[in-house]
Amino acid sequence: MTGKQYVRPVQSNWWLQKRSYTLFMVRELTSAFIAGYSIFLIVMVYWASQGNEPFTRFCDGLKSPLSILLHLLVLAAALYHSITWFNLTPKIMAFWRGEEKVSDGAIQGANFVLWLLASAVVAGIVFAVARG
Amino acid sequence: MADTISLDVFRYRPDQEDEPQFQRYEVPFRKDWVVLDALNHIKDEIDGTLSYRWSCRMGVCGSCGMMVNGEPKLTCSAFLKDYYPNPIKVEPLANFPVLRDLIINLDDFIQKLGEVKAWLLPKDPKPISEGEYLQTPAQLAQYKQYTLCINCMLCYAACPVYGLEPDFIGPAAIALAHRYNLDSRDGGFQQRAEAIFSHEGIWECTFVGECSRVCPKHVDPAGAIQQEKVASTLDFYRSLVPWGKK
Repeated sequence: MTGKQYVRPVQSNWWLQKRSYTLFMVRELTSAFIAGYSIFLIVMVYWASQGNEPFTRFCDGLKSPLSILLHLLVLAAALYHSITWFNLTPKIMAFWRGEEKVSDGAIQGANFVLWLLASAVVAGIVFAVARG
Repeated sequence: MADTISLDVFRYRPDQEDEPQFQRYEVPFRKDWVVLDALNHIKDEIDGTLSYRWSCRMGVCGSCGMMVNGEPKLTCSAFLKDYYPNPIKVEPLANFPVLRDLIINLDDFIQKLGEVKAWLLPKDPKPISEGEYLQTPAQLAQYKQYTLCINCMLCYAACPVYGLEPDFIGPAAIALAHRYNLDSRDGGFQQRAEAIFSHEGIWECTFVGECSRVCPKHVDPAGAIQQEKVASTLDFYRSLVPWGKK
């Protein structure tokens, strides 16, 4: 189709114009916190490889109020990201029992249970290593 | 009680103006009227120059989609009483070029529908004389939800990715391709793969999820796109192993 037509520009603040868009952007932003913390863990592994004394100094530095605050902030971001993501899993995973689709709640529940189990296993390993 | 409600209607007359403007109309407020009834009242009684599309008036044809107070809606199911007493802002569906007033240009979608081959490509083609392709109720159930799409374009209007990246194939076209990929009679998965699995296809989607929220038929295009992402990933891994490909 030819002829004159009007194209409406998308405004740069489009993500502030609707609550659902803003919540989506918050979910995307939480990825930055998780990426940042992954880099922090790599740095931590580096210091762990430098011997006992440098690693102890590094860990002592993490006990500052600012460090604790940052950790809590990353924890909140990771929880928001994980929970909102697991809530979306029924859209991604379609399972059928004959003509009946497995309910959204069952898929969400299974994912949350697996997440908690995996987290418990990781926490168990970390505590076991920490105790030597 | 002669109650009325105001409609601020987007007007764009390409032969008269370069920029659109809003025009306010006062229409009778009736509890059983939808926005489309109000537009029809304007067209019939106030201003015959107003242009818009509509047909069935019962949420089946998918032609009366517009932005109602910033939300993509079928105007035949958007009741005035849900907005009363505030004025209602009526605009053409977002993210599409406007041809005139509330009429958008759908050419882009029609072209994309062709690119994804949203039709049955039989797995084992046979002449009509050999009869129909049979299917069990369980096989039908797998894709039936995606057959309900009425091409109303509300999902495209809700999708910020399509607004920012017009090359994105978009929710409805991918959902319709997904419908055929899930069909037990179909063998066109690889033929659709080039378009659907391209950067402009499923991987452009960032899973905002608004397409599914606004869909008047609960087709869930966001789910279809994510499921195609899984299918694409599995197809990639299958291509790596000698026994994975037919």
